[in-house]
Amino acid sequence: MTSPLQQKLKITGPVVITANRLADGAVVYRAADGGWTTLINEAAIATTAPAASAMLAAAGADDVLVVGPYVAPVEPDADGRAQPGNLRERIRVAGPTFDLPVIVGA
Amino acid sequence: MYLYDTYDRALLAERVAEFRDQVARRLSGELSEDEFKPLRLMNGVYLQLHAYMLRIAIPYGSLSSDQMRMLAHVARRYDRGYGHFTTRQNIQFNWIKLADMPDVVADLATVELHAMQTSGNCVRNITSDQWAGVASDEIEDPRIWAEILRQHSTLHPEFTFLPRKFKIAITASAHDRAAIKVHDIGLRLFRNEQGEAGFEVVVGGGLGRTPFIGKVIRPFLKKRDFLSYIEAILRVYNQYGRRDNIYKARIKILVHELGAERFAQEVEAEWKAINNGELALDPAIVAGIAARFRYPDYNQLADDAPALTAARQSDRRFATWLGNSVANHKVAGYAIVTLSLKPEGGPPGDATAEQMEAIAELAERYSFGEIRVGHEQNLVLPHVAQHDLPELWRALDALGLATPNVGLISDIIACPGLDYCSLANARSIPIAQELTHRFGDLKRARELGRLHVNISGCINACGHHHVGHIGILGVEKNGEEVYQITLGGRADEAAQLGELLGPAVPYHQVADVIEDIVAAYLEVRARPDELFIDTLARVGIEPFKERVYAVH
Repeated sequence: MTSPLQQKLKITGPVVITANRLADGAVVYRAADGGWTTLINEAAIATTAPAASAMLAAAGADDVLVVGPYVAPVEPDADGRAQPGNLRERIRVAGPTFDLPVIVGA
Repeated sequence: MYLYDTYDRALLAERVAEFRDQVARRLSGELSEDEFKPLRLMNGVYLQLHAYMLRIAIPYGSLSSDQMRMLAHVARRYDRGYGHFTTRQNIQFNWIKLADMPDVVADLATVELHAMQTSGNCVRNITSDQWAGVASDEIEDPRIWAEILRQHSTLHPEFTFLPRKFKIAITASAHDRAAIKVHDIGLRLFRNEQGEAGFEVVVGGGLGRTPFIGKVIRPFLKKRDFLSYIEAILRVYNQYGRRDNIYKARIKILVHELGAERFAQEVEAEWKAINNGELALDPAIVAGIAARFRYPDYNQLADDAPALTAARQSDRRFATWLGNSVANHKVAGYAIVTLSLKPEGGPPGDATAEQMEAIAELAERYSFGEIRVGHEQNLVLPHVAQHDLPELWRALDALGLATPNVGLISDIIACPGLDYCSLANARSIPIAQELTHRFGDLKRARELGRLHVNISGCINACGHHHVGHIGILGVEKNGEEVYQITLGGRADEAAQLGELLGPAVPYHQVADVIEDIVAAYLEVRARPDELFIDTLARVGIEPFKERVYAVH
């Protein structure tokens, strides 16, 4: 079976690489310097399949820091910074779409 | 409650130490995610959209007050102050850090709770009737048999890597509150015409993308053969179940493809080779396990205590709750109380740490320290003296746990959906919340009578949408959430799958469509006490279809 990293990647618009942080599961994004950030607007954006594939391959090698990297669609804002491109990614950025039973930190 | 022995405690302690070592090796990079994932899943740890999720088993739905307090502690110390009770008598915490996970399972083990086999391709938490041991229509306590199976299936080397997950449910009542016909194996303990108690064995039920109602493969199984026969079923499944295709790997597909008769023949052949071996159940062993269940020392009480009668007459809100949420107990003077975890606007099945602690306290004061979890995602206090009901109600009401909507349209089963789950395609909880607002007028909800709405956020059907009287399935179409509606499902002894109403509807129209379905029901029902499910069986789906699609 071909691994997901070896499969030909198809993208239909700008994308970022996202994953969950190993130690706490927090949502993180691949930054341009190869590090990880919790802020989607600091994520490096790829606009071609080869660029996205290269970023995903590099992220996949980072098995100690993050889990399950994948390519997620984004919609760049007026400043060209990434914003989530679908509902799933909006929920990963902002959390559940309803008030949680307990306010965090309260 | 069942009391663990030293063997159970040693097993848990070993498992905690083993898992602590595995997590440390993963965090240090010694283990890759590919190596670690099966290990964490065997300990109930999933990775969801926002964080890790820990699923903790509540065997056959029985919890002590101390265990509930520990769940509150986990919620508060390691999570965000709440937990989610599931349709399989588990509780899930949504925000636990992997680095904290060993401490969590160590804390849980101090009260004999664990997360073993709450994931992975093994025998999962054995579930049962949340009224087990107290239901007035039950022939004996089914939890004894669930416990025998729990012990036998825990770390069973032959069944640790089955083709797919395996779920077993047991009831001992004519009225099925455990949804046994939509389990891989469903067991109904009953008395045959000769007066002997034994099991009807149902196999191959299940929901998900290919739903089936289970088929009876043995109308009567003697108690001595309980373990050997289930072992034979698992062996046949283990041998012939599809491992090449995850979508065809559940036993329901095998039973469907072979046919129930042929499957039963395979099981009988396997069983005959082992039925007189070490798995033949010695009554002394069963008695030994039964003896480790502790039952309350009930007082001699009469039904309809004066305090209860007075409160019923003087307080209409209390009387409403009594009529909705309190059921007959098999012991005179006692009652079974359901605590609705479905307040208006609340995520179904969620409870805060404060509620858990308060419930633990109330259980100690009024229910001999015992709590149950039901597959409808509500809790139960199983042993409440009837004269205590008014006082208990006041306490529950103050905690938001006395919404008198049990079994009504706002008592919704819902999976976590796209708000939490990495498998989901659409949201479930906000749909449920909107419906609880629409039907927040409980007088109106009561006029509709029993009506089960079940919501799933993807085809995996954790919200049991196929067996809701009204089922709602969220799917994704062209980047938008749309919802398929089914009517006529049921999960009880007359279990059946719902029928698709028509084309899927967008997120913002779902509540309107449900209101239309309800309006059609009110128009066509023969009399006020004809239940939705009975009206539907009488008139068919067409009047509902016409009503919904004429408008939308």
